[in-house]
Amino acid sequence: MSTTTATEKTKRQAPAGERVADWADGRLGIYSLAKANMRKIFPDHWSFMLGEICLYSFIILILTGVYLTLFFHPSMNEVEYHGSYVPLQGVLMSEAYASTLDISFDVRGGLLIRQIHHWAALIFVAAMLVHMMRVFFTGAFRKPREVNWVFGFLLLVLGMFTGFTGYSLPDDLLSGTGVRFMQGAVLSMPVVGTYLSMFLFGGEFPGGDFVARFYSIHILLLPGIMLGLVVAHLILVFYHKHTQFAGPGKTNTNVVGMPLLPVYMAKAGGFFFLVFGLITIVAAIASINPIWALGPYRPDQVSTGAQPDWYMGFSEGLIRVMPGWEINFAGHTLVLGVFVPLMIFPLVLVAIAVYPFIESWVTGDKREHHLLDRPRNAPTRTAFGVAWLTWYFVLLVGGGNDLWATHFHLSINAITWFVRIAFFVGPVIAFIITKRICLGLQRRDAEKVLHGRESGVIKRLPHGEFVEVHAPLDQADLHKLTAHEQYAPAEIGPEVDENGVRRKVKRSEKLRAKLSKGYYGEGNQIPKPTAEEYKEITSGHGHH
Amino acid sequence: MSSQHNPEETLPSEQAAARGTVAQADDPFADPGLPAHKPRIQDIDERAAKRSERVVAFLFVLSMLATVAFIASFVAFPVDKSVFIWPIGHISILHVSLGVTLGLALFCIGAGAVHWARTLMSDVETADDRHPIEAAPEVKAKVLEDFAQGAAESGFGRRKLIRNTMFGALALVPLSGVVLLRDLGPLPEKKLRTTLWAKGKQLINMNTHQPLRPEDVAVGSLTFAMPEGLSEHDEDFQKEIAKAALMIVRIQPNEIKDPRELDWSHQGIVAFSKICTHVGCPISLYEQQTHHVLCPCHQSTFDLSDGARVIFGPAGHALPQLRIGVNAEGNLEALGDFEEPVGPAFWERG
Repeated sequence: MSTTTATEKTKRQAPAGERVADWADGRLGIYSLAKANMRKIFPDHWSFMLGEICLYSFIILILTGVYLTLFFHPSMNEVEYHGSYVPLQGVLMSEAYASTLDISFDVRGGLLIRQIHHWAALIFVAAMLVHMMRVFFTGAFRKPREVNWVFGFLLLVLGMFTGFTGYSLPDDLLSGTGVRFMQGAVLSMPVVGTYLSMFLFGGEFPGGDFVARFYSIHILLLPGIMLGLVVAHLILVFYHKHTQFAGPGKTNTNVVGMPLLPVYMAKAGGFFFLVFGLITIVAAIASINPIWALGPYRPDQVSTGAQPDWYMGFSEGLIRVMPGWEINFAGHTLVLGVFVPLMIFPLVLVAIAVYPFIESWVTGDKREHHLLDRPRNAPTRTAFGVAWLTWYFVLLVGGGNDLWATHFHLSINAITWFVRIAFFVGPVIAFIITKRICLGLQRRDAEKVLHGRESGVIKRLPHGEFVEVHAPLDQADLHKLTAHEQYAPAEIGPEVDENGVRRKVKRSEKLRAKLSKGYYGEGNQIPKPTAEEYKEITSGHGHH
Repeated sequence: MSSQHNPEETLPSEQAAARGTVAQADDPFADPGLPAHKPRIQDIDERAAKRSERVVAFLFVLSMLATVAFIASFVAFPVDKSVFIWPIGHISILHVSLGVTLGLALFCIGAGAVHWARTLMSDVETADDRHPIEAAPEVKAKVLEDFAQGAAESGFGRRKLIRNTMFGALALVPLSGVVLLRDLGPLPEKKLRTTLWAKGKQLINMNTHQPLRPEDVAVGSLTFAMPEGLSEHDEDFQKEIAKAALMIVRIQPNEIKDPRELDWSHQGIVAFSKICTHVGCPISLYEQQTHHVLCPCHQSTFDLSDGARVIFGPAGHALPQLRIGVNAEGNLEALGDFEEPVGPAFWERG
């Protein structure tokens, strides 16, 4: 018994915090966890905070969303409004709409939380898109992070649908119109369309069920999945350790930066409050989705300038510019005018999801990559990314064609045709231009490495010629500008094997060689300067 | 995997030795290693450090004050009071003060923490080693061996009868879940083909709730109507109006180009479904001179003087027309239901 009393005695002497930690360690093993992570090193770059904005706006959405559920009634029962918003008194509306009015006008601070929730949703999806751009353009999706890329992609898609089901809940005139649009799109699906619509709405549109159904999807199903994905996403970020840009002392086998405790605890923790604070102030002074001004949903009424939230804008664009093709045959209708956009919609998204796998197939590279590419050093990838963005923004323009027409006094016919043509041509032009810009920047880097940076000092030579003095780069900069790798294009290899027998070259092999040439062939990347070139130039013969 | 035929050949040569690069002395591009730490003013001047400390503390105090102000606003301002602030306009004083104080309270915590981290916490960069994600070969071998042993002990591969029946059971059991979803809604049947309109039903003005008379419909005006017997207080009003909503215009009979349209009209009064045939938005914009109507959602435009055919936009077919006439009391009435389904097209529409 004396040993137990001895240990109890030491425990009593330890500070309270340590005793709590001891208790937790005995049950959860927190010391081993903390050993690996408490002083974990994170690299610093402004673009690494984009993902943080996503995470924080997601947390804000959960906090404000839980508050809203305390007051919102997800019911489509028709009630007569008798709240404090005078213009709508006596108007018939669903309980969902009436309770949203109550949140906005009768619950103190309710409007603020609603506005924070909606703003955070817009920022959440926008931040995810920009975060994905960062990951894409720097090649951070390469092995070992492809799975995390897919998690991020799923979060983007789920975020869009959580947003859509969320802004449909108040059952106002604008969101109801959006739901009608979705129902019309579902109807266009061959064979199953009418069945899906009946099952989704519990009968004919709008029925009395969709708000309650969207509610459980919006507050439980989708956010539940997303929360799991967010946790998995973060665990993988910790497990893989963060990527970093090449630089002095920063290699593929280390991670250089400052420790989680205290620097990133303070910076990242503080950044949560910055994001929350800014969104709150924006919500206070910039009103968004004023559902009271729109009125309750009626399937026979509509307002002009109806727009979905921005992240659904590209699907709106698809549906607006598609010609109204319908094929009638054997008593059936193929509604191509709606069904084709409905099918392109997921394709636009899946294109993002599969890209890492396509690139790794083209390069045949099976190594781990922890050093980020500068976008210019991967011209073809960068060009693909910009082409996709061009496509996306062209569709956003199409989604707002009426607003473009009224704000800029343009013909809506002209805008529609512009979008139809730009849908095909825009990405190609963007691809070519981006690639050329990247190659130009690569040439400039090479020039800088070999000849130094322009100092702005003009020197007059004895014979009267003026030259600009170029200052040589220090070794850190030289290393930074030459640290990127350059692939050689893949070859198909000899068509006969070592015994002289013709080898069958698979079509996929030919395609891969062709793609690889497009990525890394002559003219598709500028060879980086070699040490020999550098030495020859800097040895001083005929160099100004 | 011949498509992955010798992938190593495309990799940059220097990468073969990428792990643990050793800088060559004569390589001008070699990694010079981590640069020495540059001290900040706060690292060398205690007064500057004190100043930073005060800034951080000031921000935290500001946050506290903002929270107090938040609570005070919550108590002090009535929920329905609005004030005029130039140039913003009328605002709810409670909403804005709550938002600004809460925003400040949060923002100042963040600003304080970040300033603290940037100026007072150590900014010495250090390096952590990375370790390959892949397991060592002996670990992999052990796992495969364990798995093989576990699989063998289960008899999974050997007792095919068990395996196959288990797959069968697991494949069938989710069917129960699918079957349970059946009662989410009724089958479509003919529901999308019929509306409330029927022979003899009067056209009721949506605004006045009175039966429409031909003389009520002037040239150049757009009138909305619903079928007699439908009330906004009906439980299925939304569902019925989503199909039955009607728009009525009067066009000079000699301007009507489509003979069937003229035939189905009454003295130039024509009635068309208000629901767009694209994805179902209600059409609400009418151009008097050209008799074009425009759906504000996706800009499908229909020519009401020519059988409501599509002249612009993504709609795929004309708006259905309702055949109308006048009853004994002189009110407009329907002479039947729409002859084709209203609203967006669907597979069974034909």
